[in-house]
Amino acid sequence: MRIGILALQGAFAEHAAVLDRLGTEHFLIRQLRDIKLPFDSLILPGGESTTMGKLLRDLELFTPLAGMIREGLPVFGTCAGLILLAQEVEGGAPCFGTMGITARRNAYGRQLGSFYTEATFRGLGRVPMTFIRAPYIQAVSPGVEILAEVDGHIVAARQGSQLVTAFHPELTDDLPFTDTSCR
Amino acid sequence: MEKTRYKLNKELAQMLKGGVIMDVTTPEQAKIAEAAGACAVMALERIPADIRAAGGVSRMSDPQMIRGIQEAVSIPVMAKCRIGHFVEAQILEAIEIDYIDESEVLSPADDVYHIDKTKFKVPFVCGARDLGEALRRIAEGASMIRTKGEPGTGDIIQAVRHMRAMNAEIRRVQNLREDELFEAAKQLQVPLNLLRSVHENGRLPVVNFAAGGVATPADAALMMQLGAEGVFVGSGIFKSGDPAKRAAAIVQAVTNYTDAKRIAELSSGLGEAMVGINENEIALLMAERGK
Repeated sequence: MRIGILALQGAFAEHAAVLDRLGTEHFLIRQLRDIKLPFDSLILPGGESTTMGKLLRDLELFTPLAGMIREGLPVFGTCAGLILLAQEVEGGAPCFGTMGITARRNAYGRQLGSFYTEATFRGLGRVPMTFIRAPYIQAVSPGVEILAEVDGHIVAARQGSQLVTAFHPELTDDLPFTDTSCR
Repeated sequence: MEKTRYKLNKELAQMLKGGVIMDVTTPEQAKIAEAAGACAVMALERIPADIRAAGGVSRMSDPQMIRGIQEAVSIPVMAKCRIGHFVEAQILEAIEIDYIDESEVLSPADDVYHIDKTKFKVPFVCGARDLGEALRRIAEGASMIRTKGEPGTGDIIQAVRHMRAMNAEIRRVQNLREDELFEAAKQLQVPLNLLRSVHENGRLPVVNFAAGGVATPADAALMMQLGAEGVFVGSGIFKSGDPAKRAAAIVQAVTNYTDAKRIAELSSGLGEAMVGINENEIALLMAERGK
């Protein structure tokens, strides 16, 4: 198992630290040459989705990664990563657009709206959830499985090999969660 | 401030890592910065180079102007208040700014006390020249640190000096015996618990950016190689010949800060850089404000 972590901007080091603790082989993707060797899955971390979207194109990573995701490369997007995968982004342009969800950016408002909570995640029970200027999922297409909701809003979902969370499991050291997600 | 709130505020800074935060004075500039890949913008009426040129007392920006920028972009918006001016900070919190910079760029309002940042829900970033200043600001509630550098000069020397000083002291503290930490805390004039955290983790307990004098992609990459986790660019972008191109180049240089070939390309044909002033040519050293 070899996991690539998109490392253009944001909290990629936090994902790497969790994978270190799990003993899972991983590497950082900063430019095209980093994805020359094959890998088994991809993590899109938290950060600013507009920054990452711009850099994906400037660094010519967009087309190859979009192709791999469409062909079934397992991908896990947290926060900004969720927005990158969403087919529709309210008030913005989609990036990869490979997952049948509509993302609402900054859905909880500005930093004063950031919060921590615990809620039920399908198959894992109650898990800690940290939301930082987070999005939520406004709507899902048929075939998208809803995995968690907070206050009536969808905050985690899966479609085929694509998994997204609006919160940051990498910030809460929730190893079982990441372990399950990797698999 | 409740513990959870402080943690959430430190975590927002974590989300900004590997990014460039740009000074902007209008919604149009904010949009240019966002399109160029900025991970946040700093809303202010005058950029540091103009503050320096204009002289006089420099204060928090007009809230209406800040609101205009908040409405123009989806990325986080920061704004500056004067050192010690807790009412300016209260105003910025009231308009739901994402981060307050208690900044030496503005005229200090208090020459003894910084703001008690633990009384706020909104996060603060503060400037520091060395480990002592950084830990004192964190003790007061700052959830992010940046080097002071020397704002509005386009001269990187002070930012380099501050980053090297901070990291050299961190390495020294890391290598102390545990029973030497008490005396080190006394000498640095910092709380023991924060110094212990540095001793154990070999880093500040919060994210640390570079700021003050960054004008080129090479400057930004230099600060990243020296250990910065991201970069603030103030006057360097909108005082240059082609702001959009320079901004995008600095963003890319921060992502691939060890790739010299790429930085060579990014540095090519950028047009005029900000003119800049050397540190020994300036009358006012902003970094001396607020220790």
